[in-house]
Amino acid sequence: MQASPEFQDLRSRLRRFVFPMTAFFLIWYGIYVLLGAFAHDFMATRLFGNVNVGLIIGLGQFLTTFVITGLYVRFANRELDPRAEAIRNELEGPLQ
Amino acid sequence: MNLLAATQTVGNPVANMAIFGLFVVVTMVVVIRASKRNATADEFFTGGRAFSGPQNGIAIAGDYLSAASFLGIAGAIAVYGYDGFLYSIGFLVAWLVALLLVAELLRNTGKFTMADVLSFRLKQRPVRLAAATTTLTVSLFYLLAQMAGAGGLVALLMNINSRAGQSLVIAVVGVLMIVYVLVGGMKGTTWVQIIKAVLLIAGAGFMTVMVLAKFGLNFSEILGSAQTAISGATTEGVANRDVLAPGAQYGGSLTSQINFISLAVALVLGTAGLPHVLMRFYTVPTAKEARRSVVWAIALIGAFYLFTLVLGYGAAALVGPDRILGAAGGVNSAAPLLALELGGVVLLGIISAVAFATILAVVAGLTITASASFAHDVYASVLKSHNVTEAEQVKVSRITAVVLGILAIGLGILANGQNIAFLVALAFAVAAAANLPTIVYSLYWKRFNTRGALWSMYGGLISTIVLIVFSPAVSGTKTSMIASADFAWFPLANPGIVSIPLAFALGIIGTLTSKDTGDPAIAAEMEVRSLTGVGAEKAVAH
Repeated sequence: MQASPEFQDLRSRLRRFVFPMTAFFLIWYGIYVLLGAFAHDFMATRLFGNVNVGLIIGLGQFLTTFVITGLYVRFANRELDPRAEAIRNELEGPLQ
Repeated sequence: MNLLAATQTVGNPVANMAIFGLFVVVTMVVVIRASKRNATADEFFTGGRAFSGPQNGIAIAGDYLSAASFLGIAGAIAVYGYDGFLYSIGFLVAWLVALLLVAELLRNTGKFTMADVLSFRLKQRPVRLAAATTTLTVSLFYLLAQMAGAGGLVALLMNINSRAGQSLVIAVVGVLMIVYVLVGGMKGTTWVQIIKAVLLIAGAGFMTVMVLAKFGLNFSEILGSAQTAISGATTEGVANRDVLAPGAQYGGSLTSQINFISLAVALVLGTAGLPHVLMRFYTVPTAKEARRSVVWAIALIGAFYLFTLVLGYGAAALVGPDRILGAAGGVNSAAPLLALELGGVVLLGIISAVAFATILAVVAGLTITASASFAHDVYASVLKSHNVTEAEQVKVSRITAVVLGILAIGLGILANGQNIAFLVALAFAVAAAANLPTIVYSLYWKRFNTRGALWSMYGGLISTIVLIVFSPAVSGTKTSMIASADFAWFPLANPGIVSIPLAFALGIIGTLTSKDTGDPAIAAEMEVRSLTGVGAEKAVAH
């Protein structure tokens, strides 16, 4: 089964989504941490009222975390689940 | 914390204790009702895998949001401002690692513990022993930090300042934890965590709304008032802080900046290696439910950290740094003092009880994880070569829970008042260095083998602990655990930036230097099972 085209398709779809996305959020988090550690003046730049760049980028981390979660769930529901279920049915027979 | 204890207590200790007592009674009833059937190992260790994704997600939030993240982060934001916020972001972003890389595949592959996944295609005994060692180490550090923190909380909220009185409360927390785990198993523990998470998040949310209402829903105004209040502090070091920008806590020198980066790396990579978090993924029936649990956990944890941002700055603005730093418990008292300011004795009592419930739920989760790992990995697999019944595993696990509980009480009493806040960061660093590389490699890298796993796990574990022992967290500065001695040659209190890359590298080097390429058939079986759930552990039918 592992060598079958269906499984290889599932595997490569998962990896093609998960690895770049992981790289993206780790790099984005890394940039944020480096800015927080070294670029104090930049982070303290006021945008409006008392809200500064640092706060907006920090809240941006929350936003990207929520968005990536949503994207992954949509991707997994549409692309992964049907394929995994098809393989499961083939191997175990349909669920009773 | 003991040194500060006599300065000021907060609210009405009797009310605080009464509300906490009510929590204990309610959760006990729920635990006893939920635990009618705990005979099989599946039921004891995973609650029969019958929790839904949302339920498990709430329980994960309950397991994860410790007293440190509630009182500690709100307090850090109140006193150091932005740097406290940086902390919480690492705790949240970390969940993407769990969601994208670990949760579903782990659920499909394993049974009770993290070691199940690793030993699927690697050599059982050495790998299980290594995984159990790291699991017990992480759990014990985390447990100790929670128990010792309970002592400080008692001083603050119940006006118990004598050493003996605090020791008694630590013992009560320990005994309650043992009872939850023995009676309730994973199902009871999960319900305690669900109830606690709902109370904690609702309480924090309610306070957030009150703070926002006080400032006419204008967040910018809260920030401005917080800065004004900090600048008006009587201590010069505090008054000079710019709390709206990073740097107040970690910005002093290059060493402290690198130390901060090191902490950030450990936080973001440690969560998906925490054994008590990993074990929660086995309590749901399918990988899809494991995914839903993480989604719920991310939503709740994210919302909670946004609340702490408002609460932290709100505490700075409304309570002020002088009162916070002057109170028993120091920085940790920011959230309780804010509750008193906003809602008087009743709200304070509720928030205090929630803080205590938080400790209880977290220690119960840690204990069941550690005892499951000992019973399932060490006793059943390594000592008895799988010649044990499931009932015997449950029995060993219960005994382990009692032993661990007593150990945690004893060590917690000894550590009470010591500066051991670094233990939580240490637990994350060990989890990130010793557990995460091996988990990721064994799920995604076909060539990975036993030697790579052992080098990575032991290398990550030993390097992290050695570096912390010789760091300023343990000796050499006024705030060290052993302030009178100085054997610190490693400059960073957070060793993650060295030990985590080292553990990842050791996994690769160990694998490539070993001729062992494993059994391709088992590797193929594991890959199919991890991605599709073929042959995965099923829920217990009811």
